[in-house]
Amino acid sequence: MIGHSEKAAQFLKDENRADWHDQTLWMVRQKRDRAAWSVPEWEDLREEASQIKNHALSNLDNYLLQFEEKVIGNGATIHWASDAQEFNDLILRIIQKNGAKKIVKSKSMLTEECGLNPFLEKNGLEVVDTDLGERIIQFRNEPPSHIVLPAIHLKKEEIGELFEEKLKTAKGNSDPQYLTAAARSHLREKFLAADVAITGVNFAIADTGTVVVCTNEGNADMGVHAAKIQIHCMGIEKIIPGTNELAVFTRMLARSATGQPITTYTSHYREPKAGGQMHVVIVDNGRSKLLGNETYRNSLKCIRCGACMNTCPVYRRSGGHSYNYVIPGPIGSILGPDSDINKFKDLPFVSTLCGSCTNVCPVKINIHDLLYDWRQEISEKKLLPLSKRYLMKITGIVLAHNTVYNLSGKVARWAIRNLSGELIYHRINVWGRERELPEVPRESFKQWYRKNTLERRSVNEQG
Amino acid sequence: MIKVGLFIPCYIDQFYPQVGIATLELLQKIGLNIVYPLKQTCCGQPLANSGAEREAIPICKNFVRNFSEFDYIVSPSGSCVYYIREHYNILDQTDQVKKVRQNTYELCEFIVDVLGMEDLKIEYPHKVGIHQSCHGLRGLKLGMPSELVAKQFSKVHQLLKKAKGIEIISLGRKDECCGFGGTFSVIEPEVSVKMGKERIRDHQINGAEIITATDMSCLMHLEGIIRRQNWDTKVVHIAEILNCNRL
Repeated sequence: MIGHSEKAAQFLKDENRADWHDQTLWMVRQKRDRAAWSVPEWEDLREEASQIKNHALSNLDNYLLQFEEKVIGNGATIHWASDAQEFNDLILRIIQKNGAKKIVKSKSMLTEECGLNPFLEKNGLEVVDTDLGERIIQFRNEPPSHIVLPAIHLKKEEIGELFEEKLKTAKGNSDPQYLTAAARSHLREKFLAADVAITGVNFAIADTGTVVVCTNEGNADMGVHAAKIQIHCMGIEKIIPGTNELAVFTRMLARSATGQPITTYTSHYREPKAGGQMHVVIVDNGRSKLLGNETYRNSLKCIRCGACMNTCPVYRRSGGHSYNYVIPGPIGSILGPDSDINKFKDLPFVSTLCGSCTNVCPVKINIHDLLYDWRQEISEKKLLPLSKRYLMKITGIVLAHNTVYNLSGKVARWAIRNLSGELIYHRINVWGRERELPEVPRESFKQWYRKNTLERRSVNEQG
Repeated sequence: MIKVGLFIPCYIDQFYPQVGIATLELLQKIGLNIVYPLKQTCCGQPLANSGAEREAIPICKNFVRNFSEFDYIVSPSGSCVYYIREHYNILDQTDQVKKVRQNTYELCEFIVDVLGMEDLKIEYPHKVGIHQSCHGLRGLKLGMPSELVAKQFSKVHQLLKKAKGIEIISLGRKDECCGFGGTFSVIEPEVSVKMGKERIRDHQINGAEIITATDMSCLMHLEGIIRRQNWDTKVVHIAEILNCNRL
C-alpha cells in the first residue's frame, strides 16, 4: 500500500487543484467560524456536548438496552452485529428474506466502514447511493474523500464529464444546477423503484427508541418513505439519553460541519409505516474494544461532523484519499490505527500537531494529543522502520550527554559549512529538496557564552 | 534577587546563536540575574514527537538537573516550553520536576505575565507579520486561537504593538500552521513545504518585510523556503526585535 506521504506528494503535483481544494475547505472552516460565533455560548455547548457523550458512553450498557426495549415497543425490529461480516450478512438476510432486489442508501460512514456496498453487489443486488456526492463517487467507483463532502476532491467539470457518460447529460455542460437536476431525476426513478431504503444514523435516542438522520438533500426521507422496508444502521456510540440532549447536538452538528445553523432535514424515524418494516441494526465492529481503552476512548465521542478535516492544514493539502482509511483527516488518523495498527501506522505522523482540530471539535476530542499518544504506542510496539529506531536511539544518547552533544554540534556545523553542496544536498537530505539548510555559524551560543560572559567575567575578577 | 535560568534549545544553540544572545541581552537589560547552565542540551521534544518519548527520558532528566535550582526558567521557544510543561508528566513527579514544569516560561509570556511589562521601549520601523507558532498559541495560550469563540488577544501582539515605528500587518489566515511540525517536515516534505510557501505568501501579499515568531523552528523552515526561492522576505525571531530597545 502506498503511504500517505507519497499519495500526498502525488496530490500536490497538480498545484492548481491542490490550491483549490485547500481554499474550498478553508471557506467551509470560515463558515463554521461564523456559525459558531453566532452562538455566544458556543464553548459552553461544546463542554455540554462532550459531557453528554462521556455520560452516554459510560452508561452505554443501560442506554443500549433501554433503546432496544423502546424500538421493539415501537413495533420496529432490532438487530445486533458484532463485526462487519456479521453486519453485512444480517443486512443481506433482511433483503433476501423479503425477496428484495433494489436498494437505495443514504449516507452512512458505517456502511463504508463495513464494505456493505461491494458485499451486496457481489450478491447480485443493486445498491444506489442517493446523496449526490456519494452517487458521484459511486459512479467513479471511488471511496469518499471526506465524510460530509464525499466528492470534494472533484471539480464540476469532471462531474459534467462523468454525468455525460452515466446520465447522458449534454456534452460540455457543467453547470451545477443543470447537473443536480439531472441527478435528481435519475435518483427519483431509483427511489420509486426501491424495495429497501438503508440509512445511517446520526443520533439514537434511548428514551424514545427514535433514530435521527440529518441530511441536506432529503434523500434519506425520499428513500424511507417510498420503500416498504427501511433499515437504519448505527454504531453503538450513536446513543444519547433523550431529546433534550439531541437539542445540544442539532445546534452543533451542522454549524461544525458546513456552517449551516441546522441541516435542511432532521428526520426522526420511530415506527414502521403501515404495511412496512423498520429495522435498526446496531454494530460494534471494534467500538467496545475502543471503549475499554482509556487512552483513546475519547475518540468514540465523534459525531462525524468533519470539522477537523476542514481545519486541518495537512488534510486540505493532501486530500482525503491519501489517508487510505475510510475516515480521513485527524479523527481518522486515530480511528484507523485502532482498527488495524499495522496497516495505518503512518497516520498518526500525518500531522504537525498544531492542535486546530482539537479546538474545532464540537465534542472536545483532544485529537492532537491522541495522535501524539499513538506515536508513542507505535514506537513502543517497534513498528517504526529499523533505521528510524536506531536514529532515535543515537539522537537520544547525543542529546542526553552534554559533551557528546557539544561535539556532535561542532562536527555537524563544520560539515554543513565545508562539505560541497552536492554532498550536502544529496537526495537523502529530504529537508534540502525544496529548502535551504540554515546558514550555520562558526560558534554555537554555548561557545559564545563561554567566551563572552564567563571568560570576560573571570578576567574582570582577576583584574 | 530572583534567579532566572536561560534555556537555549538545541537547534537555536547550534544554528541561531544570535537568538540566544538577544534573549540573554534583553533579560539582562531588564535587570534580571540570569544564568545559562552550561550542561544543558535539549528538552527532549524531537524524540517524543517522533514517538520515542521513553528514549527522551534521559534528556528530560538532564534538563531538570540543570534547571531545578532556578526560580524561573525562560526560553525563546514556545514549543520547547510547551513540551516541558505538558509532557514532563512521563518523569517521576519529584519536587524538582514539578518546580521545573511550573516555572518554565516562553520569553513573551514571561515578560507579560511574570514581569508585568508591555512597553519595552522598542524602536522597530518595519512592516512585520507575526506568525503565531502553534505550540505557543494553542499549547501555551499566548493568544486566543481563531477556532475558539472567546475574547481575542495575543501576548506577542501586545508586546510588539508598543514598538515605535512598527507596522504589524494583518494576515488572511491569522493562525494557520506553517508546516514545520518537527519530524513532520521530513516525513511529509511536500505537504510541509506547500504549507510553508502559503504561510509566506500570506505575509508577502499583505506587505510584510519581516516575518517574526516565538519559535525559531517555524522560522528555520520558512527561511529555508525563502532562501531557496530567492524571495526577499526576512525572518527575525521575536527576541531579536524585543532586544532592539532603549531600556
